[in-house]
Amino acid sequence: MLSRFDRIKIAKKVAEELEEGSIVNLGVGIPTLIPDYLNGKKVYLQSENGLLGIGPTPDEEHINMDLISASKKPITMDKGASLFDSSDSFVMIRGGHVDVAVLGALQVDRYGEIANWTIPGKTILGVGGAMDLVAGAKKIILASTHQAKNGQPKLINELTFPSNGVRKADMLVTEHAVFKFTDYGPELSEILSDISIDELRKITGTKFKEKITT
Amino acid sequence: MSKLINSSEALQFINDGDTLLVGGFGLSGTPLTILDELAESDKKDLTVVSNNLGESDRGLGKLLLAGCLKKAVGSYFTTNRDAVSAWNSGELKIDLIPQGTLAEAIRCAGAGIGGFYTKTAVGTKIAEGKEEKNIDGERYILEKAIKGDVSIIKALKADTLGNLIYDHTARNFNPVMAAAGNIVIAEVDEIVEVGEISPHDIVTPHVYVDYLVKNKYMKQGGVYVESI
Repeated sequence: MLSRFDRIKIAKKVAEELEEGSIVNLGVGIPTLIPDYLNGKKVYLQSENGLLGIGPTPDEEHINMDLISASKKPITMDKGASLFDSSDSFVMIRGGHVDVAVLGALQVDRYGEIANWTIPGKTILGVGGAMDLVAGAKKIILASTHQAKNGQPKLINELTFPSNGVRKADMLVTEHAVFKFTDYGPELSEILSDISIDELRKITGTKFKEKITT
Repeated sequence: MSKLINSSEALQFINDGDTLLVGGFGLSGTPLTILDELAESDKKDLTVVSNNLGESDRGLGKLLLAGCLKKAVGSYFTTNRDAVSAWNSGELKIDLIPQGTLAEAIRCAGAGIGGFYTKTAVGTKIAEGKEEKNIDGERYILEKAIKGDVSIIKALKADTLGNLIYDHTARNFNPVMAAAGNIVIAEVDEIVEVGEISPHDIVTPHVYVDYLVKNKYMKQGGVYVESI
């Protein structure tokens, strides 16, 4: 089980990757930690249920069940926020107006194809906006643990779980490393822990090139 | 002619086997009063198009437990365990659609458009059996518009003509559903005189709204509670 420390490390690294002023949609799980680690960098958070400009989490007294995130948690609005309906929200998402989608992953293949909505043999009853984000966001960053709970690597040659779509992710950030996806497979661009490259290869399910820039 | 009716009168517009478009994201923007009324009726074989199926025994969750539903069309059902078990036992059919496709399919129905090509879900299980087309070098699938016999939506406030405004993110699917149902019933917290809502603020123009029902719930501490 990944420690809170590791989850925060992943969130911090992704926060670093976001550009000032960008429009960002955060998926459930580790991505929800990112707003705490922006260190004053201004990004505009989009919520697919109809808000651009999510503000800080409200205290108990200021909760409104009609001002919630896509995870159905109470939120506030930042200055300059706007409200819109679901169809406009997905015009933003599917029309390529969201700069970055940060998503969790169950699996990702060597070219960056993502599986994050269901596993085989389980009931397929929830997809939400995950496929829309994969198809439409300008850039896709995956924020995920390096291995699944059972120790299986998440970055693998070919998906065995159902795909989210043919569109590929740009980057994967785990507690150990940052990978960038290319047409020739993943490139290791940064190591985030004290793991050696040999050890990293052992817990990764596909080959990768080293392209570490310091 | 006043558009205001009682919640019980709303039932006369709903027939067994109808397709209902029901607003809401979770319970936010959900017409709880009309759904309570429906759950206590003997309506059956309904198909509900809504992002979720409410929560267990709240909102659309009540209709499920009351045995009113034949089929649910939406994007996320796993948060209501009753929906998962009803699907497992074969009592409920489920049509799973990505959230953006759902919103656009309803929007299209309201705009008189028969369907649309989207990149969402290309190459996935959800695309199985759907027509695929290459447009300018990119892969798209055909999704058909989704219309309803009756739309049951929720707004914050209406004027007596039926112009609507919404509370924050409770807007969600409600405005597109307002245009996509043959009959449209809007549940609202408050009804004011015509002219009291600024034209700049109106989100859903009255042309779409046939009937208004007053919400029996009151908001306290940010959540809707049964009013005394």
